[in-house]
Amino acid sequence: MTPPYRYLEGIATADVAFEAWGATREDAFLAAADATLNTMVEEIGAVAPRERRVFSLAAGSLDLLLFELLQELVYHKDADRLLLRVRDLRIEETGTGYRLDADAIGETIDPGRHALLADVKAVTLHRLSVEKTPTGWRAVVVLDV
Amino acid sequence: MPIPMDVVRISDTVWEIPVSHKPGMLVPARIFATEKLLSDFDDGVFEQITNVATLPGIVGHACCMPDGHWGYGFPIGGLAAMDPDRGVISPGGIGFDINCGMRLCLTNLGYEEVKPHLRLLVDRIAGRVPAGVGAEGTLRLSRDDFREAVEQGARWAVKRGYGWKEDLERTEEEGCLPGADASRVSEKAIDRGYRQIGTLGSGNHYLEIQVAKAENVFDPETARTFGIVLPDQVVVMFHCGSRGFGHQVATDYLRVFLAAMRSKYRIHVPDRELACAPFLSPEGQDYFAAMKCAVNMSFVNRQVILHRIREVFSEVFGKDPKDLGMRQVYDVAHNTAKIERHVFEGTPRELLVHRKGATRAFGPGMPGLPEIYRKTGQPVILGGSMETGSYLLAGVDTGVRTFFTTAHGSGRAMSRTAARKRYRGRQLQEQMEERGIYVRTASWSGLAEEAGPAYKNVDDVVSATERAGLSRRVVRLLPVGNVKG
Repeated sequence: MTPPYRYLEGIATADVAFEAWGATREDAFLAAADATLNTMVEEIGAVAPRERRVFSLAAGSLDLLLFELLQELVYHKDADRLLLRVRDLRIEETGTGYRLDADAIGETIDPGRHALLADVKAVTLHRLSVEKTPTGWRAVVVLDV
Repeated sequence: MPIPMDVVRISDTVWEIPVSHKPGMLVPARIFATEKLLSDFDDGVFEQITNVATLPGIVGHACCMPDGHWGYGFPIGGLAAMDPDRGVISPGGIGFDINCGMRLCLTNLGYEEVKPHLRLLVDRIAGRVPAGVGAEGTLRLSRDDFREAVEQGARWAVKRGYGWKEDLERTEEEGCLPGADASRVSEKAIDRGYRQIGTLGSGNHYLEIQVAKAENVFDPETARTFGIVLPDQVVVMFHCGSRGFGHQVATDYLRVFLAAMRSKYRIHVPDRELACAPFLSPEGQDYFAAMKCAVNMSFVNRQVILHRIREVFSEVFGKDPKDLGMRQVYDVAHNTAKIERHVFEGTPRELLVHRKGATRAFGPGMPGLPEIYRKTGQPVILGGSMETGSYLLAGVDTGVRTFFTTAHGSGRAMSRTAARKRYRGRQLQEQMEERGIYVRTASWSGLAEEAGPAYKNVDDVVSATERAGLSRRVVRLLPVGNVKG
């Protein structure tokens, strides 16, 4: 199955840019999370569901909410050496912006089983966007690697 | 993006974009490059360097080095000096990988002596200096030890036996920015960094065994002062930064500045990645103290890596590293903001100098250089691609026009995705081995992304810095062994 994201050229000479999409904003966020994981590991399917983290995040806008979500994946990659796939993601509007709750499930990095790619340093704000399209939602993200 | 129509040619290597180019520009932008390099600059450099020229408190020019390319907020190769009293500090002017930098170590071995042991050296170093996604170092530190380390810099490592005292004086800022305050750093940053000391990272980070061939020594006298004295002398160069710790410090404060910039300080910038705060504001000072911790973490990281390299050479050759002549030439920082004293408009004054993907290159006689380099100027270590070679340069008097700043590498010319489509890591490894360069990598696709043609021609970049009066060539160094992050 073709993944709901693709890597973009011409935006980030030294780094990694991608667009991710979905029918709902939740789907687009999940696709962006997988695209981030896929920047670090070749086969995201090779990441077994052994450990769980719970994310509860808030931001003033949807694009900054996505920034917070992806930044969590980068954080756990270093802090716990965990590669994580996000699931059961819910986004709610609050009085001051948005709130996100999700589960993230994955396992410790194992260079023997995970073909590792680039070490993501950070999620950038460069051209970061989350927008509604005629067919659903689309996000554009640039990662510093 | 084509070269803007209003670029003014100041000389054959200096180009100026006037303040009339864009509303809000406070100073002109200057690009230091040959016409060829200028015409090859990617989209965004012109846009970004003119955006930098709008930052409050900027003085002189917003400058871009010959290896400049697209970055976040600032271009890579960007330089901006601010008036510390009324100017801003911007994490985007430093980068996520705070104090990513280069270190160069000598040996007294010739290539013929090293050649039979090259594989063993590279393999052992690869085992001793972990690289790649989420790699952990070999030092086991408590979080409090780590806090102490990032406040004290390379001195902390040397005190614990990871290096020699003389390494410190041969490191920019003697391996420690004073005023680093770990209480300004988040727990998340500590979580990400405290197990990563002694690791290389990935992307364009690498460790190379190189050879200084006699025909590549451009200035024998300066080369001698820098320690390059033998024909085909073997040296070790590496490039790495502050790892997850620095990345998290930058991310944390990007968030803080984004929130405070508009609502509290009424600063409007053309790009969110230029988020900034007045240098003297609480947010600005907190970031400065936290950023210094990341600068110091990177100095500690490179100090420990140097120690590991000395250990491996010592084991393989059965001699003490001192008997192998393994003195450090210098350590330079790429991504920093520092208070430095410069003569500006005829008066010496303190300036907050942001360098992003750019190297400090102090000229002869400047304070801050160790006695041995007073006459020659500062050694500048400029990393090229893993296939083509690197340079050892020296700072020059004429560097005053860029607040003594020069290029930092050859600069990317091809995107990572394009390089991955064009090259295959395993094949590249074989081809390089046929040419006498033995490579170990943590990631095959990562190796493909770093193929030589993905970068600008390093000779062109170095020549441009020399013609523009930013630094001068001393020795060109050729790779023979490479540990790729």
